[in-house]
Amino acid sequence: MIWIDNILRTYLGDTWALIAEFVLIAIALLTVYAVLALILIYAERKICGFFQCRLGPNRVGKWGVLQSVADMVKILLKELIHINRADHFLFRLASFVIIAASICTFAALPFADGAHIIDFNIGIFYLLAVSSLGVVGILMAGWSSNSKYTMIGAMRSGAQLISYEISAGLSMLAIVILSGTMQISEIVAQQSEMWFIFKGHVPACLAFLTYLIAGHAETNRGPFDLPEAESELTAGYHTEYSGIQFGFFYLAEYLNMFIIAGIASTMFLGGWMPFHVPGWETFNGIMDYIPPVVWFFGKTFFCVFLALWVRWSFPRLRIDQLLNLEWKILMPICLINLILMTLIVVL
Amino acid sequence: MNRIEEKISALGYAQTEYRENMLTVSVPKDKAYETAAMLRNEESFDFLFDMAGMDYGDSLGVIYYLSQSSSPQNMLALKTGVSEREKPELFSVHDLWDSANVYEREVYDFFGIRFINHPDMRRIFLRADWKGYPLRKDYNADPAVNPVPLENELLEDMETAPSISMIMGEETETVHKLFDRNEYIINFGPQHPATHGVLHLRISLDGEIISKIDPNFGYIHRGIEKMCETYTYPKILHLTDRLDYLSGTVNRHAVCLCCEKALALEIPQRAVYVRTIIDELTRIASHLIGWGSMCMDMGAVTAFMYGLRDREKIMDIFEETSGGRLMVNYNVIGGIADDIHPDFCRKVKEFIPYMRKMLKEHHLLFTGNPIARGRMNGIGYMSREKAISLGATGPSGRASGWHNDIRKIEPYAAYAKVDFEEILHEGGMTFDRYVIRLEEIEQSLRIIEQLIDNIPEGAYKEKTKAIIRLPEGEFFQRVENARGQFGVYINSKGDKSPYRVKFRSPSLVLVGALKAIATAPRTKVADLIMLGGSLDYVIPCIDR
Repeated sequence: MIWIDNILRTYLGDTWALIAEFVLIAIALLTVYAVLALILIYAERKICGFFQCRLGPNRVGKWGVLQSVADMVKILLKELIHINRADHFLFRLASFVIIAASICTFAALPFADGAHIIDFNIGIFYLLAVSSLGVVGILMAGWSSNSKYTMIGAMRSGAQLISYEISAGLSMLAIVILSGTMQISEIVAQQSEMWFIFKGHVPACLAFLTYLIAGHAETNRGPFDLPEAESELTAGYHTEYSGIQFGFFYLAEYLNMFIIAGIASTMFLGGWMPFHVPGWETFNGIMDYIPPVVWFFGKTFFCVFLALWVRWSFPRLRIDQLLNLEWKILMPICLINLILMTLIVVL
Repeated sequence: MNRIEEKISALGYAQTEYRENMLTVSVPKDKAYETAAMLRNEESFDFLFDMAGMDYGDSLGVIYYLSQSSSPQNMLALKTGVSEREKPELFSVHDLWDSANVYEREVYDFFGIRFINHPDMRRIFLRADWKGYPLRKDYNADPAVNPVPLENELLEDMETAPSISMIMGEETETVHKLFDRNEYIINFGPQHPATHGVLHLRISLDGEIISKIDPNFGYIHRGIEKMCETYTYPKILHLTDRLDYLSGTVNRHAVCLCCEKALALEIPQRAVYVRTIIDELTRIASHLIGWGSMCMDMGAVTAFMYGLRDREKIMDIFEETSGGRLMVNYNVIGGIADDIHPDFCRKVKEFIPYMRKMLKEHHLLFTGNPIARGRMNGIGYMSREKAISLGATGPSGRASGWHNDIRKIEPYAAYAKVDFEEILHEGGMTFDRYVIRLEEIEQSLRIIEQLIDNIPEGAYKEKTKAIIRLPEGEFFQRVENARGQFGVYINSKGDKSPYRVKFRSPSLVLVGALKAIATAPRTKVADLIMLGGSLDYVIPCIDR
């Protein structure tokens, strides 16, 4: 990476080199984002097929691996249908807000040692802030479509995301207390001896579980897919979208699932850090041979698989049950957990 | 029944006739409501099975088929008629039986008989601007009279409902609005993922809570009863598979039984056994779809796929024997169309243990699921009285504790020879309606198990004449299909096609039941979809 920087600085001068790097990183980020989405869509369809005793895609390419590429080409070519009496400015803006929020969050994930685009000293705070921007896009989409289905979907989504943000935030706070920092790279570095889920005793396990549930609810996927409950609201807040605008929602949904899984693995399962056991030097050495990127994606895809497993096994909650679960069960657990974690750290 | 016959004869104005468990009572127009009220309140005829409109040529008539929940084998046909054709009117009985609400709208739609005091005298299947009443014999079917509309249909006839009331012998016609201007009305259907067909529900919402429901039918109305009047009997059979497509063979069985009864045809035992087995396989297939789609309505897509996977086995058995999968076209008048496939018995015997194993899996996947239990808990209560008054037969009624299984009440085919239980639940909740389907699958397996090894050898079909003519008269048959009591009424004048055919659809009243249970306080949109799934109606059977 340094040598690219050096070459650019030699030829362009400092300011332009910096701008050129920004652009390069943005392109790289978007590419990874899009490719990951394709992989995730393919994986979901295959895994879902496995759960439902079906084959899943198996026609385009070997084992249907090119299916999502074909679908991407198709969705790019589709017509954008004009909606009568919709608020067109907000309608168009909504899909960009959602995808922008999703990409901003994505950029803060540490893929490997140093492969980290945004690394503030308040990284966790940043993560929480940008990931909750998505709800603005959902509300915009629901409101501007001028349809009653989308409106109900958006209202459900607003209630759901704001509620579950609390639990997600509180379970992340437990780790912040344990590590004493909000910088993501620092959090990963502290797990070099042992992952936080093992280091943090029961509170860390509890925080991991609550984060998985709350995070899963934040991605609007089953059993928390009320905003787009297809058997009730056809497609919820994005009912009226077509073509690539719908594609943006679709893309963001899959990537949000990945991001939540990525955060979970970073905070609790050590991120790109290999599995180390204090004292077992040889074992740790062998583990270090596996590249960090593999560790990161391995753990993240494990969390994604958990999400898919839940999605394809459970029926959907009702809105009152959903809010009860958060406000009466998850949030109290998180608060108590926070106190427990503080006690462990202080003692 | 004899006592009731005597009581009615003593009234003076009624004519009675008793035949085959069915007491027919004819009363003049102005005494009809009085007699109906007497039968309902004093003789506990609390179940209005069906209402059939009739055009006798010189007069229009209505037949009310009544039954008792206490002794369900008793049937009573109350006949009345109006000689006027311009503005025929009768008194509504919707205050005696809830199910009369939709039945009277149907009679109005097809025969133009208006019911005084009925709260909602809209046409039920046809458009509001349709000219003429199609099942009248003098109906003009020229396409020029009712051209195919080329413009968007306005929602006008869904906004208001006319009704006629009679106060002090004076008639007043009023038109009332169904919804207020400032209500949040949402259209569920006709194209919607959860309506199981083209049902159109207009729902008024208060946030997520449902305050009013107005079902609209007719989007897949094909005029099957009208078509039957021009078709020969063997041709009519093909239409019956298209009513309730998930229990097509059972509907077809009903028509075959009705025709065989009319022709006094004794059908071979082999055919009787095979028909029963096929009926029960159909019931299993239908319940699997019903179970699966209810789960899907709650958001569990995987359960639906599990249901389809097991149903596929049944479809394969059907395909091998009859050539058809969904439209089996297997029963014919006099027996079955062709002998069973040599592999039929083996495959059915393999299927029984397989299905038992899978039933356990279904329970494991969904019945015990805490989210599913939470969703179904405390929602959609239907009392026994309400179920009877609404005419919600079949599993939905049995979940409320109403004994209404025709297979037990008047055993047809081979049901008298087998040992099985009629599953009854007392709860009347959504969960009862859910679990009763899985339990009925087990009972169906038991029935098949007892029959499959004992299929008698011999002919599979009784020879019939090339052209079948039913003798003059009225014939009636009811059977138990997967959704409840399916009835066929044939009025024959001795021709090769019937004078009038009426099918009793179990699904039509189930939508009425949906309206009744989903407007209970604090029922939410998500519950409505689930309740629709729990009642398991099939729209093509409603619309006919």
